[in-house]
Amino acid sequence: MAFNIYDFTSFTQSIDQALYEWLPPFWALLVEMTIIGLVFLLFYAIVGLFLVYAERKVCAFMQNRVGPNRVGPYGVFQTIADFIKLLMKELVYIKNSDKLLFNIAPFIVIIASFMAIAAIPFAKGLHAIDFDIGIMYVIAVTSLGVIGVLLAGWSSNNKYSLIGAMRSGAQIISYELSVGLSLLTIIVLAGTMQFSQVVEMQSTGWFIFKGHIPAFIAFVIFLIASTAETNRGPFDLAEAESELTAGFHTEYSGIKFAFFFLAEYMNMFIVASIAATVFLGGWMPFHIYGWEGFNHVMDFIPPLVWYFGKTAFVIWLMMWFKWTFPRLRIDQLLTLEWKYLLPINLVNILIMAFIVLMGWHF
Amino acid sequence: MTSNQFMFLLFSAVIVIFSILTVTSRRILRAATFLLFVLVSTAGLYFLLKYNFLAAIQLTLYAGGIVVLIIFSILLTSHIAEKLPTASLMKKWPAAMVALVGAALCIVVILQYNFPGSVGSTELVNVTDIGENLISYGRHGYALPFEVISVLLLAAMIGAIVLAKKRKD
Repeated sequence: MAFNIYDFTSFTQSIDQALYEWLPPFWALLVEMTIIGLVFLLFYAIVGLFLVYAERKVCAFMQNRVGPNRVGPYGVFQTIADFIKLLMKELVYIKNSDKLLFNIAPFIVIIASFMAIAAIPFAKGLHAIDFDIGIMYVIAVTSLGVIGVLLAGWSSNNKYSLIGAMRSGAQIISYELSVGLSLLTIIVLAGTMQFSQVVEMQSTGWFIFKGHIPAFIAFVIFLIASTAETNRGPFDLAEAESELTAGFHTEYSGIKFAFFFLAEYMNMFIVASIAATVFLGGWMPFHIYGWEGFNHVMDFIPPLVWYFGKTAFVIWLMMWFKWTFPRLRIDQLLTLEWKYLLPINLVNILIMAFIVLMGWHF
Repeated sequence: MTSNQFMFLLFSAVIVIFSILTVTSRRILRAATFLLFVLVSTAGLYFLLKYNFLAAIQLTLYAGGIVVLIIFSILLTSHIAEKLPTASLMKKWPAAMVALVGAALCIVVILQYNFPGSVGSTELVNVTDIGENLISYGRHGYALPFEVISVLLLAAMIGAIVLAKKRKD
């Protein structure tokens, strides 16, 4: 079995071939799906724990504190302890709620993010599915998550939850538009929606540099809109704790609350990795045209390091937003989207189309 | 049984069961949720046919768009304790008869048709072709319908704004 840290194609293919040799096709497929599902579950747990720790540390540094520092060195095991505590908590059942919808809602949220992560390329040959409509698929499945939020808010039979759900619904539906349009700007430049090709095309330069100013504007809009779409601060008025206790997940406890919590962080990870893949070249190393030696050194850094480095950078940007800006009011939020981001975005696509037509991009 | 057949049966079963639940549920938000499952399974069928574009459109438009709008309007108008009233027997019997006759008609027609097995290779639909045909005005072009629908949607949007605006009187 050939294992190459720079190209996983032969590694994944050899596993695939071995499985199909040992087993009939139906069972081979089933085993493959189970393996991928388990790998992603493990990945979810690890990334979720790490992101919660990172959020607390970043928040602490922004506020000139130390942050978690008791459990393990620098408090690295703090989130594991928190997780165990969360698992052992009582699941509170509410008497006058719609039990079926109340129980389904966390699963809808987490399944939507699970479907989205399947299309993300981590390295060459290391992705679960490589659709020809990759970017569109991700936009499509992430739009399902809001249904879980709406159901959770309504079925809790609690006015704060309902207000939180309504706010988040209005917010996500509006900002989805900006996310889609800013990605569309790059699709115009790339001419393809397939993630593997999008990354491949950035081997000569990342799209944020290739596409001149429109690509940069699209990147900024994508960052703003996707922060709003993941319900994170400064757009976290769906769970504004000072007005709505905790918004749509007020009534949830224990593992069901953990699902919402995990889904929020994983959505942030997915959004950040899409930003990294579409704008910052995914797992492609940083190349400068003409600097042969420099490019060669960059090629030695494994793609996984590049991918996680870029994703971590975008995540850090989003955490920086959260701990710097004050929370927006609902009317400011909708004004920002409909009166500023959307018109800028539409003009931006036209400019990008013009640049591509004239061949001014690199 | 191949994996494709298995998935087809699974999706079909989900569609049939949840379609029935959608129309029989007496809680309106549950009905909307069951409708969501039906629409997502339909998208799954499209994925099974390798028509990824239509599947993604199904997910964005129906599951992510229309169902969200339905749920949103239910959230604004209905209370959690509300249940739809059960229909009276006088209404139930004629409705059941009509449904049965309709279903029987469809099943008879479908069973009479002799479905030939697919011949020739399956062709995957390229997204680039879809995009180019959508805005081409030549043969197989959809530029005119595209524009007409855009005008229609614009008119509908303006109409909605006019209706929703408060009158100054």
